[in-house]
Amino acid sequence: MKNKKQIQEFIAFNIFRMVSFMVVAILFIILGFIVVRGISVINWEFLTAMPDDGMTGGGIYPAIVGTLYLIAFSMLFAFPVGVLSAIYMNEYLKENWFKRIIRSMTNNLAGIPSIVFGLFGMALFVNRLEFGDSILAGSLTLALMALPVIIRTTEEALKSVDDSLRIASYALGASKLQTIRKVVVPIAFPNIITGLILSISRVSGETAPILFTVAAYFLPKLPDSIFDQVMALPYHLYVLTTSGTNIEESRPMAYGTALVLISIVLIFNLIANAIRKTYGNRSKSR
Amino acid sequence: MSKLTVEVKNLNLFYGSFQALKTINFEAKKHTVTAFIGPSGCGKSTLLRTFNRMNDLIDNVRIEGNVYVDGVDVYSKKVQVDELRKKVGMVFQKPNPFPKSIFENVAYGLRVNGISDKHVIEERVIASIQQSALWEEVKDKLKKSAMELSGGQQQRLCIARTLAIQPKVILMDEPASALDPISTGKIEELIHELKKDYTIIIVTHNMQQASRVSDFTAFFYLGELVEWDTTTKIFMNPKDFKTQNYVTGRFG
Repeated sequence: MKNKKQIQEFIAFNIFRMVSFMVVAILFIILGFIVVRGISVINWEFLTAMPDDGMTGGGIYPAIVGTLYLIAFSMLFAFPVGVLSAIYMNEYLKENWFKRIIRSMTNNLAGIPSIVFGLFGMALFVNRLEFGDSILAGSLTLALMALPVIIRTTEEALKSVDDSLRIASYALGASKLQTIRKVVVPIAFPNIITGLILSISRVSGETAPILFTVAAYFLPKLPDSIFDQVMALPYHLYVLTTSGTNIEESRPMAYGTALVLISIVLIFNLIANAIRKTYGNRSKSR
Repeated sequence: MSKLTVEVKNLNLFYGSFQALKTINFEAKKHTVTAFIGPSGCGKSTLLRTFNRMNDLIDNVRIEGNVYVDGVDVYSKKVQVDELRKKVGMVFQKPNPFPKSIFENVAYGLRVNGISDKHVIEERVIASIQQSALWEEVKDKLKKSAMELSGGQQQRLCIARTLAIQPKVILMDEPASALDPISTGKIEELIHELKKDYTIIIVTHNMQQASRVSDFTAFFYLGELVEWDTTTKIFMNPKDFKTQNYVTGRFG
């Protein structure tokens, strides 16, 4: 006869295990669902051709390119701004009301619904600054959305660098800037990269912010400049699912698009992980 | 040039409204070892940190009086704090090597102080590691991470790192308190060796260590420098009863 404590232990352990398995299972079910439905349309043509036959045929090439452009340009804006402001907040600002306001503002920014970002982006970048519906306007809007994530994770990364190392650096006659550049940031770098990955994942999948700022319903050509509109995977997915010329016919294309979108996020994750690993090892041994 | 390397005149130090150091007067002669002893919170580490202005990093510190290193008032407006810290090196309680290679740890101080000549850096790094009695243990793995070294080796690496920038004074804040007895012995031998070229001031909670390594000992209590004399006198024949009680282990 087991005692009460052991039975409780047994039940608790199994509940924890079940819940964790459930989470993993849900993830795999979603992925499996997309893969099974989408894999049939994936071929070289799908990845490299323009859409055709009222979006029931051809490929999604312009949407892939569009999404890659949007990721690249939004990171180009958001990464330096986010990292530099995180460095300023963590390394220079003292803990006072000003810092608390900035931090709570950053957190609030993260909580704003993406459609509001879209609306704001349209008002500011598309209309006020007259960029029009363009890669520039869309990237800037996405960058605004990515900023809080980057700032947050970079700040955490910097915070995790042991203060004794900063002090050791100062004691050797290093300036603050030298200490940040040569000690703090290199140590924090792998974790800063994590923030970059997270924000790329977020940016690449967003539909609402690009809806009014850059995304084209149907545009079977590649952009010539950052002032052109592009198609983008998430919006294309939305179009294929809800407002194509023949929704039933284009359903497989929609799943294929979803699969490509997930794959892009996954590939970015893998690349960034690799960077993180090699850089992490290098900073230890160089 | 005077025989004094560190000189403190009527120094008062406040953390906010709390007075941590009370009218301290102190001198350290060139190429001697001085031990700062006293119970926790007595101000000995605080005083140590005024010599290389590490207290600058803390908010709300107010200082009155003067600290001279090599005849220069370190709190004068003309003094650049990074230049001062080149002259006054510091070794900390917990070994804190950078997560870089053994070589880069020692080279760091040289690089941040504008030395970029590869040969000079290599020479100084090797010389410093030899001087800190670590060479035999690491000569084949200078490119390996410093994090792979033992605690005692890390601490000697931190000493090597300090020696590389060729300071005049080396401050040691309980450098052996986190180490095992054998590593502690090595550090103490090292202090003995380094005395020939450097002025050393060491904070320690270990009475035996103070008596073993130092020429002079200063006893602090509640922010005051109670007594300061040759180590022999402080341990054998202290003037103040508080000093006597402390060194004989009756309180602390």
